[in-house]
Amino acid sequence: MDLSAINPAVLFASLIVAATPILLAGLGELVVEKAGVLNLGVEGMMIVGAICGFAVAVGTGSPALGFIGGAVGGAALSLIFGLLTQYLLANQVATGLALTLFGLGFSALIGQGYVGIKPPMTERLSFGPLSDIPGLGTILLRHDLMVYVALIAVVAIWYVLNRTRLGLILRAVGENHDAAHALGYKVVRIRLLAILFGGAMAGLGGAYLSLIRVPMWTVGMTSGAGWIALALVVFAAWRPGRLLLGAWLFGGITALQLNLQVAGARVPVEYLQMSPYVITILVLVIMSAKGGRALGAPAALGRSFHATH
Amino acid sequence: MIRLEKRPTPSRFWVAATPLIAVVLTMIAGGIMFAILGKNPFDAIRIIFWDPLFDPNMSAYSRPQLLVKAAPLILIAIGLSLGFRAGIWNIGAEGQYIIGAICGAAVGLAFYPAAGWYIFPLMVIAGALGGFLWAMIPAMLRTFFNTSEILVSLLLVYVAQALLAAMALGRLRNPEGGGFPGSRNLAQYPAASNPELFAGTGIHWGVVAAFIAVIAAYVMLQRHILGFNIKLTGQAPRAARFSGVSPVALVLICMGTSGALAGLAGMFEVAGPSGKISIDFASGYGFTAIIVAFLGRLNPIGILLAGLLMALTYIGGELAQFMLGLPKASIQAFQGMLLFFLLALDLLSNYRPRLVKREGA
Amino acid sequence: MMFRRTLLASAALGLGLAFGGAAAAAGMDKVKACFVYVGPIGDGGWTFQHDQGRLDAMAEFGDKLETMYQESVPEGADAERVLTQMALSGCNIVFTTSFGYMDPTNTVAAKFPNVKFEHATGYKRDHANVSTYDARFYEGRAVIGHIAGKMTKSNKIGYIGSFPIPEVIQGINSYFLHARKVNPDVELSVVWAYTWFDPAKEADAAKALIEQGVDVIAAHTDSTAPLAEAQKAGNVVGFGQASDMAAYKPSPRVASIIDNWGPYYIKRIGALLDGTYEQTASWAGMPEGEVVIGEITEAVPADVKAEAEAMIAAITDGSYHPFTGPIKKQDGSDWLKEGEVADDGTLAGMMFYVEGIKGDIPK
Repeated sequence: MDLSAINPAVLFASLIVAATPILLAGLGELVVEKAGVLNLGVEGMMIVGAICGFAVAVGTGSPALGFIGGAVGGAALSLIFGLLTQYLLANQVATGLALTLFGLGFSALIGQGYVGIKPPMTERLSFGPLSDIPGLGTILLRHDLMVYVALIAVVAIWYVLNRTRLGLILRAVGENHDAAHALGYKVVRIRLLAILFGGAMAGLGGAYLSLIRVPMWTVGMTSGAGWIALALVVFAAWRPGRLLLGAWLFGGITALQLNLQVAGARVPVEYLQMSPYVITILVLVIMSAKGGRALGAPAALGRSFHATH
Repeated sequence: MIRLEKRPTPSRFWVAATPLIAVVLTMIAGGIMFAILGKNPFDAIRIIFWDPLFDPNMSAYSRPQLLVKAAPLILIAIGLSLGFRAGIWNIGAEGQYIIGAICGAAVGLAFYPAAGWYIFPLMVIAGALGGFLWAMIPAMLRTFFNTSEILVSLLLVYVAQALLAAMALGRLRNPEGGGFPGSRNLAQYPAASNPELFAGTGIHWGVVAAFIAVIAAYVMLQRHILGFNIKLTGQAPRAARFSGVSPVALVLICMGTSGALAGLAGMFEVAGPSGKISIDFASGYGFTAIIVAFLGRLNPIGILLAGLLMALTYIGGELAQFMLGLPKASIQAFQGMLLFFLLALDLLSNYRPRLVKREGA
Repeated sequence: MMFRRTLLASAALGLGLAFGGAAAAAGMDKVKACFVYVGPIGDGGWTFQHDQGRLDAMAEFGDKLETMYQESVPEGADAERVLTQMALSGCNIVFTTSFGYMDPTNTVAAKFPNVKFEHATGYKRDHANVSTYDARFYEGRAVIGHIAGKMTKSNKIGYIGSFPIPEVIQGINSYFLHARKVNPDVELSVVWAYTWFDPAKEADAAKALIEQGVDVIAAHTDSTAPLAEAQKAGNVVGFGQASDMAAYKPSPRVASIIDNWGPYYIKRIGALLDGTYEQTASWAGMPEGEVVIGEITEAVPADVKAEAEAMIAAITDGSYHPFTGPIKKQDGSDWLKEGEVADDGTLAGMMFYVEGIKGDIPK
């Protein structure tokens, strides 16, 4: 075993890339849940985003348009969820699960003609000599644009949720929809917009997988990334900053165990793989033991809203 | 514009009619999809809904197979429905199903190759107990720390899946399996197998258990004080507390029952149709059962029918795939549509749409 | 044991002919062949190649062959039902294309003695109507191992393993032996992904190898993700696995090992049509055209390419076996003496590394 072969800076850099899809999808779901809606269909929206982004990028030759396509695809699928749960008052848990089932099938249908094709390459940004700074340059300054988009989104979402009126309204809707309604806010419309945003972010995460991280299209290629994104939101206690750390932890465990293997260490792969979830549960317990409100879980999470007056 | 008025009690007519309408709508939408894929939509719909039940070559085999496929879904969904009625959200049945299978299989394999009438019953107990204990984790955490059982039970699914992989590759791996991941085949170890009860049908103890669960749940909800308490807690939590229902006891009972039933389902599956612990043993029954519970309107008879309908789309979907060369993806999309329509139309049984003049609503 | 069963089966066949009866013996006018796939055809790898084989057979036999298939059949309870439904719907021969179908195949075969079952990569033939087939992928690994040994500049080569099973261990050993043979300084890193197909994880695995200095990567998993990772790194090469993965030519994909099932499917369906079908345990490779090395691109120096082609020719005409002694096991004990060739039984159960590979096979 030769652990010195692992360069921490390089490992951290690849961990950032590995975390980007679940970070994007997790940020979207965070906003959705802050608005009081639990959408378990992240996996479905991600994979639809993956194929839509891939198809658009291949069709137009532009990865940038591809990402837009991915976001639109994810949002379109989330619209089904939004209509069913917000207007037709369907149960959110069941609808979310059905959304995943439908998304997996639907994406495979669209993707029939795209197997074995290579998408247009996305260039990495270059910050000139800055990228060559040892350590920091390697970790932070040699990525593609989407990595930075995701990082900026963390800050932007934190800002909007905590420092703007829009964020206040969103949180009010998620905490107590009846009160928000009584104050005159359009609960259903706000939630629908949040759901669409969540779908678009999941779609971006999926497109990142199919256009940059892997880059290819294959059926079922998300392999559970959407479910991880869901767990991530809980781990983060609905806080964007902690979501970033969580994404690095969840995404990093795989990168770390593979690196340890290459270095010759014997790794209990499965036990390592379950550790982030166990940690998440412990975090949840500690936070809820400290008292419910510190948890950050929106009080109206998962409940349907129907205006009675 | 249209306004929705909540009905005081669900409309009996719409409760019965909405599933039929949803199926018809799915046939139309799915038919269009099949036509776009270049297949005859009428053939496809016939093969999915009709042939498994009535085709002269197939039906003798596929009718009992519907029960086999539906049994774990029904068993799990019955357990879940009790909690869902009381506002207790166990969405980690998939994990409890996996743990039940691991515990049941581990007990059976521990005796290998001994023979004995007591081995299979011990496995049944181990399976139920495994699922029960796994469900107790979120139940206890909710009781003592007020931690959300939705999130904990979901997170425990991932842990269970990793544990399953660890078992298939490690402790439970078949020592004579040529190094391949996966346990010995329990179906080929008579003392531990969940046998076919009627030759040629594939019907096993899990199907029997599913029917018992349906009847027991029905009787309990209609006649027993516990059933009343569950319904009361769901409809009026505060009134329930005043009338002496202990919320803690209810959480433990509902989570425990659903965990035990999910564990049983996993155990019957691993000792019977599936035969062994393997990395991809978990096929999402625990999640599909959530959908089945809602499609069945959380009612035992409804769940029975919903489970059979889901099984029909699985088996009919398989037939359609190889008879017509339809891609598997189109069947998944078709099932997704069916669920969407069913969930959407559910509205009509609980709400009355009314046309009203536009006002500042 | 196997041999005995075959004899018995042929005897029964002869008997059937003598009494002028059984349809199976007399050949058939038309065959319905059915395929059970473990993944979607769109996986671009394992299942995709089996489906290509099915299409080859259809092109070969035209009207005489009808095929049906089902994708993404889970390897448990569902497999048994799917197989039964196929048998009921009139399939004459059913190909089950994944190891996990071994038990269901044998169970269903017992119930349908007139239907032929062919199970890929397994070893159980409990009934006279069950045959097994597999490909000697380690022959291909020998060729790419040779290329890897010549192409590496860092003297570090990598292998992404799926699961620690004999088929994969054969591949690792063959790859390493032939790299070491042409480059005594070469070191091999093995990383286990514990999946056959998870593009993101495969990309991570390739990345981990590259970050630790590996510059030639072979994969035993099915996606193109490792090649894409090699391309991003720039100075790393790799090989197509299962399918040609031509999109990554000429580099990083410098050659490929193609699973070519067409010849086998054509042979077996043909035998059923003309009445010469018998139970077999087939383990075919380059000579039969089942393992094919895809185009070796111009990124490989001409002399290396010529050597690789010579090796392919030698394996194909039977003059060279990739496991020819002297070979020692990892612990230094002797395995094969000078000139001795590994027997199939040892290969089929191979759970040890050869001398020079570092690390242990995970238990």
